[in-house]
Amino acid sequence: MSAATKEQEVLAFERPEVMADRATHYCPGCHHGVAHRLVAELLTEMELVEKTICVTSIGCSVFLYNYLLVDSVEAPHGRAPAVATGVKRARPDNFVLTYQGDGDLASIGMAEIMHCANRGERVSVVFVNNTVYGMTGGQMAPTTLIGQKTTTCPGGRCREHEGMPIKMAEIIAGLGGVVFSARAALNNVKNIRQAKKFLKTAFEVQTKGLGFGFVELLSACPTNWKMNPVKANQRIETEMIPYFPLGIYKDLSNEGGVC
Amino acid sequence: MAKNERKFLKGNEAVAHGALAAGCRCFFGYPITPQNDIPEFMSKAIVDAGGEFVQAESEVAAANMLLGAGACGIRAMTSSSSPGVSLKQEAISYMAGSDIPAVIVNMSRGGPGLGDIGPSQGDYYQSTRGGGHGDYRTLVLAPGTVQEAFDLTMLAFDLAFKYRNPVLVLGDAIVGQMKEPVLMRPAVKVSKAEGKSWRLEGKGTRKPRIIKSLFLDDGALADQNRRLQAKYEAMRAEIMAEEFQVKDAELVVVAFGSIGRIAKTAVRKLRAKGKKVGLFRPITLFPFPDAALAKLAKAGKKFLTIEHNLGQMVDDVRLAVRAHADSGFFGVYPGDMPSPEDFEEPILKALRRKK
Repeated sequence: MSAATKEQEVLAFERPEVMADRATHYCPGCHHGVAHRLVAELLTEMELVEKTICVTSIGCSVFLYNYLLVDSVEAPHGRAPAVATGVKRARPDNFVLTYQGDGDLASIGMAEIMHCANRGERVSVVFVNNTVYGMTGGQMAPTTLIGQKTTTCPGGRCREHEGMPIKMAEIIAGLGGVVFSARAALNNVKNIRQAKKFLKTAFEVQTKGLGFGFVELLSACPTNWKMNPVKANQRIETEMIPYFPLGIYKDLSNEGGVC
Repeated sequence: MAKNERKFLKGNEAVAHGALAAGCRCFFGYPITPQNDIPEFMSKAIVDAGGEFVQAESEVAAANMLLGAGACGIRAMTSSSSPGVSLKQEAISYMAGSDIPAVIVNMSRGGPGLGDIGPSQGDYYQSTRGGGHGDYRTLVLAPGTVQEAFDLTMLAFDLAFKYRNPVLVLGDAIVGQMKEPVLMRPAVKVSKAEGKSWRLEGKGTRKPRIIKSLFLDDGALADQNRRLQAKYEAMRAEIMAEEFQVKDAELVVVAFGSIGRIAKTAVRKLRAKGKKVGLFRPITLFPFPDAALAKLAKAGKKFLTIEHNLGQMVDDVRLAVRAHADSGFFGVYPGDMPSPEDFEEPILKALRRKK
């Protein structure tokens, strides 16, 4: 690159300091990187970096602690909301965050997320829903769509055998301790902006001591969907959003919380 | 608290009092008989002491809450009974693998499966062999009296933080449910610096900390296991056992917990009849007091292991004495309640044995 063109470079996109300066292990087109970045931006903007304790889960995002430079503890599969409960009860003045995938949160960890939410623990949950078990190689998830082929439903998910995909943002919204529950998508700029707005509210209901905050992020897994990144983004729009509608399912953040 | 104050307590209550005296500040529980007095008592007492009580949705969740609080360097505990402790094994393995201090109390009951709600020592293997997946150990303390339930629970917290490791207190329905006078120890003041070099509290201006048990890099898991094994070896400094009239004994009865206490009565009765028998009662089940037993074996003693199970600790006794002796075994079936008289005939029979 010549000196002349270098001078014309405009830095449009800065890396938040809380994000490690390294390449991630995620596949091309995976949305974990976008979700990580949104979390990192908000922790920075809300001045929460120094007091954050992050509870990581099992799945592709188990290495979140390699990218998000905050105090972190690794939870067993599905147990992040229980671990987060222990962390928050032990350190009520810290900001406590879990980051979980769909297999982790909506299958093996269903009991933990439901009760953590219902108790109104002052924690924030980032739920990445890509309709598939990514790290283990593309098995059926609780959110796999009807007809979607995976390595454990090779003929496509069938309602009669596997039941319907689970809509977590709606379920969580129905629980008493929840102050904020919403669903966004990471497939385009407009939706990413909305995701950040939702995450910010979910974080605020914790910092204000109001209760439990939950954001579901519809995300792409091109590798296990066997699609290129562009097609995967399109799939979110044409297949996922119609079944998992975006929006706020519960917001009591202006009503003083739950108890 | 008045000096030398004594209280008339159930074993379960003594555990709770001991935990509070040790500075326990978070309790995560779930109902199961015969340990319900512990969460019931704690639901008020620990909150009054400025701590947190959570009735978890499951034993699985309770143990994982413990993992979270332990990672923060806070003195925390959970209690349960056998089927519930089986459910906690996942988190116990993770805590061992992540060097997280925690106290887990098991007031064990009869098994397998749902078993019954009466006493049993059927969880000896589970307690002393790790219990969950992977090569790990937890310190195991086995109270035989209500006073020991108090004292050993207090000690459990110190050991958990000394070694950054889960510590089990293994009682049973007898220890948990019986009432005895207890000398109340004064509460310790936990140092604010406890765990300061590793605990999670938000990174502040230092480098972030990660508490984890996943080690994928070449050689990293082997290094972690090497370090853990060295830690388990160092725990041998904590070995404890009671020896009762073993000096001139020809036969040493080996028994732990409530059975150790019942066996002691049998030994006393037989001594009164002039029989040369003694009692060896391991108090730490892991690490096991094998050197002391080997010494007794070398001195020419015979051994009889008595347990409230079908033969578990006897394996450790036989390993300990193997160079010089062997151990007989008398087992009380879980579901039966033993009395000192039940042990007299088996002890006399073992005494008549050649070796």
